[in-house]
Amino acid sequence: MCSCFEEKFKGLYKKDENDIYVIDQTFVKAMITCLKEKDGFHFLADVTAIDYSKFNKPTPSRFAVVYILRDKEFKNVITLKTFIDEEENGLLVESISDIFFSANWAEREVWDQYGIKFLNHPNLKRVLNHKEFVGHPLRKDYPITKGQLCTKTDDLMDEMIPALEKKGYKSHDDLMFLNLGPAHPASHGTIRTFVALDGETIVAAVSEIGYLHRGFEKSCENHTYNQIIPYTDRLNYCSAILNNIAFAHTVEGMLSVTIPERAQFIRVIIGELSRVIDHLVCLAASLVDMGALTNYWYLYNPREAVYGLLSKLTGARLTNSYMRIGGVAHDFYDGFEEDLKGCIKEIEQGMGDTLALIEHNRIFHDRSQNVGVVTAEQAINNGFTGPNLRASGVAYDLRKTSPYYFYDALDFDIAVGSVGDVYDRMMVRFEEIRQSISIIHQSMKILPKGDIIVNDHAIALPKKENVYNNIEGLMNQFKLTMDGVKVPAGEYYGAIEAGNGELGFFIVSDGSGTPYRVKVRPPCFPAMSALPSMLEGDMIADSVLSLGSLNIIAGELDR
Amino acid sequence: MAVGAEAIFGDSVVTTKLDSAIGWARESSMWPYIFGTACCAIEFMSIASSKFDISRFGAEVVRFSPRQADLMIVAGTISYKQAPVLKRIYDQMTEPKWVISMGACACSGGFYDNYTTLQGIDSIIPVDVYVAGCPPRPEALIDALMEIQEKQKSDSIIKDRINNDFKGQLDV
Ligand code: SF4
Repeated sequence: MCSCFEEKFKGLYKKDENDIYVIDQTFVKAMITCLKEKDGFHFLADVTAIDYSKFNKPTPSRFAVVYILRDKEFKNVITLKTFIDEEENGLLVESISDIFFSANWAEREVWDQYGIKFLNHPNLKRVLNHKEFVGHPLRKDYPITKGQLCTKTDDLMDEMIPALEKKGYKSHDDLMFLNLGPAHPASHGTIRTFVALDGETIVAAVSEIGYLHRGFEKSCENHTYNQIIPYTDRLNYCSAILNNIAFAHTVEGMLSVTIPERAQFIRVIIGELSRVIDHLVCLAASLVDMGALTNYWYLYNPREAVYGLLSKLTGARLTNSYMRIGGVAHDFYDGFEEDLKGCIKEIEQGMGDTLALIEHNRIFHDRSQNVGVVTAEQAINNGFTGPNLRASGVAYDLRKTSPYYFYDALDFDIAVGSVGDVYDRMMVRFEEIRQSISIIHQSMKILPKGDIIVNDHAIALPKKENVYNNIEGLMNQFKLTMDGVKVPAGEYYGAIEAGNGELGFFIVSDGSGTPYRVKVRPPCFPAMSALPSMLEGDMIADSVLSLGSLNIIAGELDR
Repeated sequence: MAVGAEAIFGDSVVTTKLDSAIGWARESSMWPYIFGTACCAIEFMSIASSKFDISRFGAEVVRFSPRQADLMIVAGTISYKQAPVLKRIYDQMTEPKWVISMGACACSGGFYDNYTTLQGIDSIIPVDVYVAGCPPRPEALIDALMEIQEKQKSDSIIKDRINNDFKGQLDV
């Protein structure tokens, strides 16, 4: 799959037991360039790092940087790892941000969390932690509870002035500076975009994130695998269950277990339902931003109906924690099917009402068409996935390119746009709702009977009657609860198609019940890093729509 | 037997105390500012939508300018990075003002006991009502709203509401 690379750099890399190419740090840039240009690995999924200082096996050096790339068909994944020697000028590796735009923020994050410097990076500053923060929190020697007070917000002029100079503005006396966010109704959570305005036109924009950085990855390092599931709920909280699935699916991949068929179908059904309600919030909010408030009631009320169903099924409306490693927490309840039908009816009704109002509406068209355009090439370079990428015309959907859970047996289409503007991004979501509903109908028809969780007491909790009535069950329960699921040592990247796109987890296990390192690849993060370039030249009122149509969810953006 | 103005004008006038009149006005038209940062803010969307309908409590006029709001609802996790922003916005609200801390994160940091999260917003700004839950159900927030209304009703305009004793971590 990467023949040119293997030929050209013969002897300069080693494939380790996890199928990861371990490369020398001096060749990082050359190798990645070769992979991109010769072997067609044109999509950088993520850049991250690992601190091996507390690892139970010796490693060549303390820190390693990891690159995850996908090829032209988005099918094959290649993971590169390079160990970094500490030199006198600190930990240093060459930046690849000029090859992949999406590496820009990803490298900043590695610097912020681990203190690894990237040579020739255009703007290596913290991205998640605040300006006054001292140290690098994901290093193993940083105490997890050591918070640091922030007294002042960054004014961002250090980024704005070069951005303006690039545009040819020597002085900025005629410009007006404006903060959109972090506390702004249209900033969808806590995103801050700092803009320079000429009249109402944005001439330069800078985004700052991290206002909802909640230390997810550090918290994972001191919880067992099943304890992490509630944390994953709160990544993309609009579709909590899809995050649960992504995490459980990755861990199951490491354990090499296949979950029972019924559990797989339950995941498909509830997962698709989550995708629907995720899109509903995005669309409702985008339309409110446009001033079309009525649609908010049309689209949000069906979501409320789904909450009813989910709270019956999982006990919670929003933060469901419905998955377990190895299956799902509960089976469908009696009367589930009727409830589901009722929900779908409401969703279809709400969608119909909304589309009747906007589909042929001149105001809607004028406001959304040709606004915030991202071409297919840019979208790939930016690291877009999910509806945002598909709106630009790239038919990449993990459910099709690397099908999991019988998605290959289900009949559905991938919706793609042609222009990549706000209109396409919204309409792709409308169509995806339809496709998801069709998937739910098909799956309900063939839903098999059987177990909902694997029958292996090293992974799944025993039945309650066994716990209360025999010593073996009690021991299993105790051991699993106290120690967690023992995941074989290794490094693994797994991903599924979540509401916003490719939601991946890169997990390093040392063989214990607690992960050594968890890195999330949130679909929002690359999308957000491209926002400033999308806004420049647009009107200020359009910036709100561009942001809304990308569906940035702060929880998964900042983690 | 009515006396005074009521005796003369009959049912067309009502006499009352100034405090109760103002309290009634306040409790019937709260203008909330939603400091929504995370998952709890999504639950707030439910409260604002048809099923729970916050307008039944006179609080549907959500303002996104702190200068026009008298009730701050902090819905979501407040990180150390966010804390100065929260404080600034709270300071911009004019008296009289009330604060609801919605959800485990805002109240105590929730299950984010780590380097990023402020362990309770009451170390930055004073809080009137705390709502438990992760996220709290809409009914719980409505209950908190009613508790604020109780406070407003029993308040006196003569009393200085400004809590000068409060010293937060960011107050110098
Ligand atoms: S209390 Fe729970 S639901 Fe609310 S913001 Fe915190 S984690 Fe999210």
